[in-house]
Amino acid sequence: MFGYYLDLALRSLKRTPILTGLMVLAIGLGIGASMTMLTVLHVMTDDPLPGRSSHLYVPHLNPLPLKGNFFANGYDPSDHLTWPDAMALLNAQSARRQSAMAAGHLLVRPSAVGMRSFYVDGRYTTADFFTMFGVPFERGSSWSAADDAAGAHVVVLADSLARKLFGGTDAVGKMVRMGENDLRVIGVTTNWQPSPLFYADSRTKRYSDRDLFFLPLSTAVDLNLGTDGNVDSWGKMPNGDMRSATTTWLQFWVQLDTPTQVAAYRQFLIDYSAQQKSLGRFQRPATNARLYSLMGWLVHENLVPGDVRLQMWLALGFLLVCMVNVMALLLAKFLRRSGEISVRRALGARRRDIFVQFGIESAVIGVAGGVLGVLIAELGLWSVRHRPDDYAHIARMDASMLLTTLALAVFASMIAGLLPAWRACRVAPALQLKTL
Amino acid sequence: MQLRPILSTLRHHRLTAMLLTLQVALTCAIVCNVAFMIASRIADVSMPTGIAESELSTIQSTGTDLHQNAQALHDTDLAALRAIPGVESVVAVSSALPLNRNDSFGPACPSRQVFEQAMRTSSLFKGGDCPLSSFYDGTPGLLNTLGLQLVAGRDFLPGEYTAENNPHVAIISRALADKLYPGQDALGKVMILGGNALQVSGVVATLARPELHGMGDGYASVIMPQLPDSTSEIYVLRSAPSDREHILKAAEAVLFKVDPTRVIDPDQVQTYSQIRDAYFQRDTTMIGLLIASALGLLFVTALGIAGLANFWVQQRTRSIGIRRAIGATRGDILRYFQTENLLIVTVGIVLGVLLAVLMNLLLMTHYELPRLPLWYLPIGAAVLWALGQLSVLSPALRAAQVPPVVATRSV
Repeated sequence: MFGYYLDLALRSLKRTPILTGLMVLAIGLGIGASMTMLTVLHVMTDDPLPGRSSHLYVPHLNPLPLKGNFFANGYDPSDHLTWPDAMALLNAQSARRQSAMAAGHLLVRPSAVGMRSFYVDGRYTTADFFTMFGVPFERGSSWSAADDAAGAHVVVLADSLARKLFGGTDAVGKMVRMGENDLRVIGVTTNWQPSPLFYADSRTKRYSDRDLFFLPLSTAVDLNLGTDGNVDSWGKMPNGDMRSATTTWLQFWVQLDTPTQVAAYRQFLIDYSAQQKSLGRFQRPATNARLYSLMGWLVHENLVPGDVRLQMWLALGFLLVCMVNVMALLLAKFLRRSGEISVRRALGARRRDIFVQFGIESAVIGVAGGVLGVLIAELGLWSVRHRPDDYAHIARMDASMLLTTLALAVFASMIAGLLPAWRACRVAPALQLKTL
Repeated sequence: MQLRPILSTLRHHRLTAMLLTLQVALTCAIVCNVAFMIASRIADVSMPTGIAESELSTIQSTGTDLHQNAQALHDTDLAALRAIPGVESVVAVSSALPLNRNDSFGPACPSRQVFEQAMRTSSLFKGGDCPLSSFYDGTPGLLNTLGLQLVAGRDFLPGEYTAENNPHVAIISRALADKLYPGQDALGKVMILGGNALQVSGVVATLARPELHGMGDGYASVIMPQLPDSTSEIYVLRSAPSDREHILKAAEAVLFKVDPTRVIDPDQVQTYSQIRDAYFQRDTTMIGLLIASALGLLFVTALGIAGLANFWVQQRTRSIGIRRAIGATRGDILRYFQTENLLIVTVGIVLGVLLAVLMNLLLMTHYELPRLPLWYLPIGAAVLWALGQLSVLSPALRAAQVPPVVATRSV
């Protein structure tokens, strides 16, 4: 029966080419606009580390005093940790792996003649960073916990920076002058850029920036290199002392493999907060301590700009109008065929058969509209990629979004066809046959 | 024109007519809100900064030698930059300029008493009596180079400039003066900024802040006779608008000649037009998208109306023939379809206006949009009426061409 209905649908659509064209165009435009925005949203909220992300967590402590206005910069200063808290969590070793980190921005002074100095972005972090996030190495390796403790003058470079500084030669073992210090290169990572750069803070362009160097956090603090990330202080002005107990600036990540470990770590954070409260450092309830999963943290950080959400709602509103449009056109079209319906009903077709027949006709429009929609969405994404926005370059459609587009188009047109098809199968045959 | 035959036909096609009405209503609601968003974004993008943007260009330089004397370096750099042909004047500022997002701000209190009161109630950073204001510094000649318009008082005297962090006078924007000293003359008043007392020596007409959508008023600005005191600074050059590109190139070369070890980020060598475009880039993208979606919606709705009218004309060819045979003129048939469209669109608009207000209320809670001015609604309605009449015109004209003889033919 399916083949026969398909044939009927194609014949019927061919009979009214302009009307069919209008319906396909309406579905295509609506789907194209919606899928452009849904794809942008999809890539912006994608998992940055598939396979590892489900084991990564962010501890959240709140050392802020009860009084004061802490949101002057538009974010919560307790999203970051103070040096004493970060070191306490690091030394407690309560998680399988743990690492503290902060953004760095350093002047590189190349030794090659004729090369000007330049600034690069990177990360001050601790040994577990590389194993926890699975950073792939091209040459050499990362530093050890002993290097962290000793504040070793070592650095790991990203491949592009290593190539820029040392050309084709092996960078490992070479010295590089960063700021006022000479650091020994101990490893070179391959091209590694999680999107978004989930572990960075809100000052980073998280969809386009990447770290070009990594050096031990203890070294950075010893050498007083300063951070390029958000720094918030309260109480006594610390005058640039990054070890201050009233300055938040560090990001902290832990790896927890089982639900038991997660529960234990959550309890550990509460216990730690309670202990700090009894010491008089924390003023807020210990139960304020929280543990965010990676994806939960990205939601908390609210990475998707309001404009993008607004654009998505606009596109969906557009799709709704297009669907109502198609619905009206289909209804007019189906009802005009009351005579044909009545003959088929009189010849023994059940209501259900009529319904299926018109349902298939709507689906055919949906498939054609979906194909047009994919083309329009590709065009839309191409234009998004030419915006100067931070996230523009990742706006690409993958296979799953392509299938979603087609499915959504067929679904939308079938929803639009539902009411007309239902109305058509309710036509009373006797009355219509009489007028024929 | 009698409405009864139209109403009875519409009753016959109740569901279809309702769907078309719904489409018109949704389009009306969305287009009214989108038009409002477009208008407010255009207002944002074209806001004045108070400086001579078309004649300005900027270049940021960072020294890498820690032992360099900042003041001496600035003097040498400024002299070298001034010597470039075409440069009318040049100043150095430490980082803040209108719309460049390097905002450093704090509460400006109108008097010591108000400051101490705010400190006691720890409400200093909450706006209120001490509005959050942006701080500007720079070398002598800042007002002239930026093209700021002094409306009261005087420019800084040479003796007032300081390299330490202790200026005693300030020039403020009129917006801030009106806020701090409403109804009074701001000149000579002493305001408190971060605990320091500053006497107001001048008022400029307009000076936008580096960041507009942050906390407080977008025009609350304070200029201090504070010399940039680090070797990382921005040079602002004033020249004829057409000279800006080649002056920037020359400036970069000149700066490297003075100190080859400095770092100049190519992205931070820009004309003021580029700074402005970068600042409003999201808004301009959004304006384009909003216009495209409004046009798309109107297009689809016009297609829907035309498509359905076309269909109805085909369907009713016979009855049109009969009406023509019993005396209806071509004009009658034309008006019949036009009136039918008017009815449907009008009902749609009434619904749409209500929906537009509801949608605006929803957007207000989620996106901090202001209330939709009511005069957008009649304009939106007029646009949809015109659109409906235009889309129905061609099918209606076709209907009017149906000859009466059709009535005598059997189906």
